[in-house]
Amino acid sequence: MIKKEMIAMLLAGGQGSRLGVLTSKVAKPAVSFGGKYRIIDFPLSNCINSGVDTVGVLTQYQPLRLNTHIGIGIPWDLDRNIGGVTVLPPYEKITNSEWYTGTANAIYQNLDYMESFNPEYVLILSGDHIYKMDYEVMLDFHKEKGADVTIAVMPVPMEEAKRFGIMITDENRRITDFEEKPANPRSNLASMGIYIFNWKALKEALLANAEQPGLDFGKHIIPYCHGKGEPLYAYEFTGYWKDVGTLNSYWQANMELIDIVPEFNLYEEYWKIYTRSEILPPQYIADNTVVERSIIGEGSEIYGKVYNSVIGCGVTIGKDTIVRDSIIMNNTNIGSGCELYKAIVAENVEIGNYVKLGIGEEAENETDPHIYNSGIVTIGEKSVIPDNITVGKNSCIFGVTSLEDFPDKSLASGKTLIKAGDEK
Amino acid sequence: MRAIGIVLAGGNSFRMKELSQKRAVCAMPIAGSYRSIDFALSNMSNSHIQKVAVFTQYNARSLNEHLSSSKWWDFGRKQGGLSVFTPAVTAESNFWYRGTADAIAQNLSFLKNSHEPYVVIASGDCVYKMDYNKVLEYHIAKKADITVVCKDMGPDVNVDRYGTVKMNEESRIEEFEEKPVVAKSNTISCGIYVVRRRQLIEMIEKCAEEDRYDFVKDILIRYKNMKRIYGYKLHDYWSNIATVDDYFNTNMDFLNAETRNYFFKQYPDIYSKVDDLPPAKYNVGAQIKNSLISSGCIVNGTVEDSVIFKKTYIGNNCYIKNSIILNDVYIGDNTHIENCIVESHDTIRANSYHAGTDGIKIVIERNDRYVI
Repeated sequence: MIKKEMIAMLLAGGQGSRLGVLTSKVAKPAVSFGGKYRIIDFPLSNCINSGVDTVGVLTQYQPLRLNTHIGIGIPWDLDRNIGGVTVLPPYEKITNSEWYTGTANAIYQNLDYMESFNPEYVLILSGDHIYKMDYEVMLDFHKEKGADVTIAVMPVPMEEAKRFGIMITDENRRITDFEEKPANPRSNLASMGIYIFNWKALKEALLANAEQPGLDFGKHIIPYCHGKGEPLYAYEFTGYWKDVGTLNSYWQANMELIDIVPEFNLYEEYWKIYTRSEILPPQYIADNTVVERSIIGEGSEIYGKVYNSVIGCGVTIGKDTIVRDSIIMNNTNIGSGCELYKAIVAENVEIGNYVKLGIGEEAENETDPHIYNSGIVTIGEKSVIPDNITVGKNSCIFGVTSLEDFPDKSLASGKTLIKAGDEK
Repeated sequence: MRAIGIVLAGGNSFRMKELSQKRAVCAMPIAGSYRSIDFALSNMSNSHIQKVAVFTQYNARSLNEHLSSSKWWDFGRKQGGLSVFTPAVTAESNFWYRGTADAIAQNLSFLKNSHEPYVVIASGDCVYKMDYNKVLEYHIAKKADITVVCKDMGPDVNVDRYGTVKMNEESRIEEFEEKPVVAKSNTISCGIYVVRRRQLIEMIEKCAEEDRYDFVKDILIRYKNMKRIYGYKLHDYWSNIATVDDYFNTNMDFLNAETRNYFFKQYPDIYSKVDDLPPAKYNVGAQIKNSLISSGCIVNGTVEDSVIFKKTYIGNNCYIKNSIILNDVYIGDNTHIENCIVESHDTIRANSYHAGTDGIKIVIERNDRYVI
């Protein structure tokens, strides 16, 4: 008989549209982070480090990169005879075939998967946060309190509380009320989107609300459970936890890794973060280079100067090129004599020689000012930028560009250049 | 592939000095991220050999740890896969492996229970890339009994620690000398052989009956006139790491863009056990010139013309030149290291000075490590 005490369901189907072109072709959980990792590595590693060896990963938006990254789960030791990692895409049914219409709807559509493990508890995770957390400690809390649902919360500054879902608790951490993005928050405990449910309570709530369009945990399931008077508890987490939902927060979270002793330390032995490493060789740093306050992934070759940057695996940085305050993802090639300032360059990008990114005065982005701001230049994956191009701030390039796309060999600050369409 | 593989990984080499004290030569770390045996195993895997045996004997702990899972070389199979054979007490024998042929003889059932017609034998202490299928095709075309992979060394290379061969114009090997005092040829054997499985069983059984134990001496040299032994020339990079100097130079070869390109960028890849280390980190004060740095390192000082293996910490104001620092070494501040090989897991105190003046110095320092 198959029996797992707790299984995890990891929501990885979202687009993460505020990351702009970084998520044009990949789901947000598959976006690179910290040189060699992808965002989903953090919850997956947390699972195995917490002793949770059965993880269903719910995918929907652009799943190819996620699927190949997860594979059969070898990097996380999630290749198990029973359990392990399973990718769960939406599927056709006899009646009522639909996409995953909401977070809880996605879980509802996979009741059979969960049932097959006969679990006591189900852990609901989202695939877009950077943190290290022992879910086993949270489960102990859940058991000790006799909760039906435990919601992980973290204290945030009161003035920021209005951006979050806020939990109001009594002195025993039992949740008495909650509010979504309140104008006048009554507490500073923000929900982290991590839940432990008693399996019976979860199943009952999902079935009872099955008809609800866009069934969502925060909007429907938690209020439903609370309304029924089930014991809901808030588990307070005070470690590092970072939402990397915007380009600016993504950039900052990466930059925090290069501090001498970063708050989020990847070099600790006892809570390793695992990832699929396709590139193994060491990195090569040539003569006449500077590499300072940076982290660099395997197999990269540095011939230029790198300051305050996060460089992925298999990256080449040409001679006399200066890279400053930037994030360069895997397998990107940057030519000689380039200058990059506060740029986020996605995977497999080809940048020619004497290209300058992030030059000039800041200007508001003309198409998506809420995405491309903070002075960051964003280059989407597999883009090509020809020689001698100068690009301003708050700008974005995606696709194979040629000289004709750059009148005066430049793209001014705040401009968006997207060469859409399939590759030929 | 119509062959099974044997990797000879039992050897120790006194010429590796202190470096082989704690590991077999085949487990020696190479090029920052690999171990020597990765090359033979990756070649086997890339040649689509499905079933491989590794024979180990000398201090195999480090090697066994490396081979604890065979999935990294894609040998995690139900059919075939990777087996590691150490000497064992059996009803017939309670000897160590007394030589390469004896190692095969003691595990003859591995050969007998296979059905593939050929065997590829490779030693695990060489750094090279090779498609064994090409050798096999050559072997079949020549109707050879044994094919030996050979390499022409430069005229100025001292070959007295290799087996040297002399071939006729048809590439048949006419002379084979093991570690000659005065070599008659600068063509050496690379320690890679292709032989028909039944032929090998027959020769090994004969050898065992006569209490002979060495594959080179008792099979290749003894049989060279009776059997059709051919040489297959390897023209690409090949290096054997049997001495400290060879080991040092082989690692330093990877500072050369051509070597890196050949091994790391061209198809096929070399595989190794994945260590789950974070990216290398360079703090303020790090100055790197012409060096290879592996994952998990934290660098605060100066590194020139060196190969730094995984998870090494280099303190402030250190100066590392022309050296090899093996895995998980902690180097305290203000330390000077030049022309050295620093053994893995070493902890070097701050303000130390190590320099090899007359050749390469091997540094072994086991101090208490103070975690920063």
